[in-house]
Amino acid sequence: MIFLQVAAKDLRSELRTKESLNASLSFAVVILLLFSFAFDPSGEAVAEFSGGLLWLVFAFAGALILNRSFARELPNDCLEVLIASPVSGAQLFLGKSVASFVLLLAIELICLPIFGIFYNITWTPKFWPLLGVFLLGTWAMTILGTLFSALTVNLSLRELMLPMLLYPMMIPALMSAMRLTTILLSGNDIGGDDLVWLRLLIGFDVVFTTLALALVETILVR
Amino acid sequence: MSVPVLAVEHVYKYFGDYPALRDVSFSLHGGECLALLGRNGAGKTTMLKILAGLSGAAQGEVKLFGDSPRQASARRRIGLLGHGIGVYDELTAIENLNIFAQLYGVSKTVAREWLERTQLAHVADSPVREFSRGMRQRLAVARAFLHNPALLILDEPFTALDDRAIALLQGLLADAKAAGRTIIMSTHQLREAMELATHVALIERGKLVHFGPRTPEMLMDPGYVYRTFGAV
Amino acid sequence: MEKNIRLGIGAMAGLLLLRNLYVILFNLPDEMEQGPIYRIFYYHLPAYFTAMCCYMTALVASVLYLTKRNLRYDAIAMSATEVGLAFAAVNLITGMIWGRVIWGIWWAWDARLTWALICWLVYFGYQRAKNSAVLSIFSFVSVAITYKAIEWWRTQHPGPVLSFRTGQQLIDPEMERMLYTNFFALALLAFVMVTVRLNQENLQRQIDGLRRRAHAL
Repeated sequence: MIFLQVAAKDLRSELRTKESLNASLSFAVVILLLFSFAFDPSGEAVAEFSGGLLWLVFAFAGALILNRSFARELPNDCLEVLIASPVSGAQLFLGKSVASFVLLLAIELICLPIFGIFYNITWTPKFWPLLGVFLLGTWAMTILGTLFSALTVNLSLRELMLPMLLYPMMIPALMSAMRLTTILLSGNDIGGDDLVWLRLLIGFDVVFTTLALALVETILVR
Repeated sequence: MSVPVLAVEHVYKYFGDYPALRDVSFSLHGGECLALLGRNGAGKTTMLKILAGLSGAAQGEVKLFGDSPRQASARRRIGLLGHGIGVYDELTAIENLNIFAQLYGVSKTVAREWLERTQLAHVADSPVREFSRGMRQRLAVARAFLHNPALLILDEPFTALDDRAIALLQGLLADAKAAGRTIIMSTHQLREAMELATHVALIERGKLVHFGPRTPEMLMDPGYVYRTFGAV
Repeated sequence: MEKNIRLGIGAMAGLLLLRNLYVILFNLPDEMEQGPIYRIFYYHLPAYFTAMCCYMTALVASVLYLTKRNLRYDAIAMSATEVGLAFAAVNLITGMIWGRVIWGIWWAWDARLTWALICWLVYFGYQRAKNSAVLSIFSFVSVAITYKAIEWWRTQHPGPVLSFRTGQQLIDPEMERMLYTNFFALALLAFVMVTVRLNQENLQRQIDGLRRRAHAL
C-alpha cells in the first residue's frame, strides 16, 4: 500500500501551497459563469446540456491539476530520487493518480452545487448515482492525465501538450460521463439502453488502468 | 571472491547515434570507494544514472548485489545524492525525512536521529523553502543516508556544498567505508575525493580509459590521473 | 542501392496512379444515383485503408520497440504515423468534398466523420509528443473504443459497400476492382513515404549524435 504514502505526500504538498487547487477551482467557476452567456441558463433545455457543460468544466479544471502532477517533482530533482527509491513505477504512478483524483473530485463536488444554483438544476435527489458517475469519469481522466503528465514532464511545452493529448484520447469516457450525467440531472434513472454507457465507462477505466500500470515503468526509466 | 556489490559489464548507452558510454566494465566490492573522474560531458552522470536505475543501458549488463538495478531489493540498498537535493521545498524537514523513511520502510525515529546528526533538529518543523543553502544540503545528505544504504551513488557530492556540509559528508562517507559500505562518486573536487577513494576511474568521451586502485602519487598530485591516463 | 529501390517503387506507384486516374476519369461510367462525384471514392476509401495500415504498422512497431528497446522501431512507428496522418487527411478532405456535393454541407457530425476527426487528432497529438511508444499503444486502444462509442452516439454515413464486408455484390465488380487497384497504388506510395521519412529520422539521429560529439570535444 506504499502508493497511498505517495498520494499522501502529493496531497500534503498541494494543500500546503494550494497552487493548482486555487487555479483550477477559480478557473472552473469562471467557466461555469461564461457558459451562462453561451446558453440560456434559465431555459427548459438546460438539463439536456447539463452533463456536457459540467464535464467540459471538469476537463478544463482537470488539466490544470494534472499538469502539476509530475511537474511537482521537477524542482530539486525529486523525481530522480523517487524513481531510484524502492517504490515501483506502478506504485508511484498509482499514488500520483490517487492524489490528483482526490483533488479533482473535491473540485467537482464544489462545482456541482454552484452549477445547481447558477443553472437552476436540482441535483440532490440523484446525488449518489451522480457521485458514482463522477468517480468513474474522474478516474478515467486522472489515469490518462497522470500518465501524460509523466510523458510530457520533460517537454518545454508541457502545459500545452497535456490537454492536446488528453482531450481527444478520453473522448469515449467523456461521452459516457456526459450522457450519464445528463440523464441523472434530468431526473431520470440509468437503465435500459443507457446501461451501455455505464459499461463503456467502466471498461475504459479498467482497460486504461491496466495498460498504464503495465507501461508506466518504460516511461519513467529511459 | 564474493559477489561484487556492483558489477558493470560492457555497458553501452547512446544518445541519438552518439555513444555516451562505450564498453564500460568494472566492479566494486564492499568497503571500496571509487572516485569517478572525467571532464564535463564525458559520461559520468550517465553512468551513475544507469547504476541508480534511472536509465537503462542500451547493451551490456549492470548488477547491484547480483541483481538488476530495477529490482526493489537492490534499490532499497542504494543511497542517491544527485545534482538536485531531492527534497520538497514546501514540506518541513521532518516531513521530508518521514516520507523517505516510509518509502524505504525505515522507522520514523531514524528520521529524527538523522536530523540531529545533520544538526537540523532545531528547524525540524520549518519548511525547507526557508532553509539556507547549507541547511538544504545537509538535509539532502540525511535523506540519502537515512536507510543506511549499502551502496552510495554520489554525483558531484562536494560541488556547491559549504564547509560544514563538506565536513559532515566526509565524516559520514568515512564511517560508511569503514562499515564496509561501497561508495561510487563522480567528482571534480580531487582533493576531497582522493583521500577517501580506494579506487580511481577515468572516463573520457564515454570510454573507461583507466580503472585501478588509488596510488600515493594520486594523493600527492591531483592532476596526476588526468596527465598519466588521459588522452586529451 | 536502397535509394534506387525507393525511386523505383515510387515511380511504379506514380505510374500506376496516373493510369488509374485515366481509367477512373475516362473509362469507368458515372454512378447511377450520384453522378460523376462518386469517383472521389477511388481515393476516399483507399486513402482510409492506407491510413489504417500505417496506424497498424505504428502499433506493431511500438510494441516491438517496448520489448526490444531498439530505437529503429520507434522511428518506424513515428514515420508510419506521420504518413498515416497524411492519408487520413486525404480521406477526411475527399469525404468533405463528397459531402458538400451529395449532402449539401461540408461537415456533418456523423459517427464516422467524427471518429475520423478524433482519430486524426489523437494521432496528431502522439506525433507531436515524439519518442513515446506508449502513446502509440494508447492512441490505438482509445481510437478502437471511440469507434464503437461514436456509433452508439450518432450515425449518418453510408454503410459498407465492399463485398468482403457485406458478403454480397453491392457494387459493380469493375468498380470494386478499381478500388483495390488504387489502394495498392496508394499503399505503395505510403511505403515509399515511410522509408523516406525513416531515412530522415536516421539522418536526424546521426546529426544529433554529431552535435553531442561536438559538444563533448
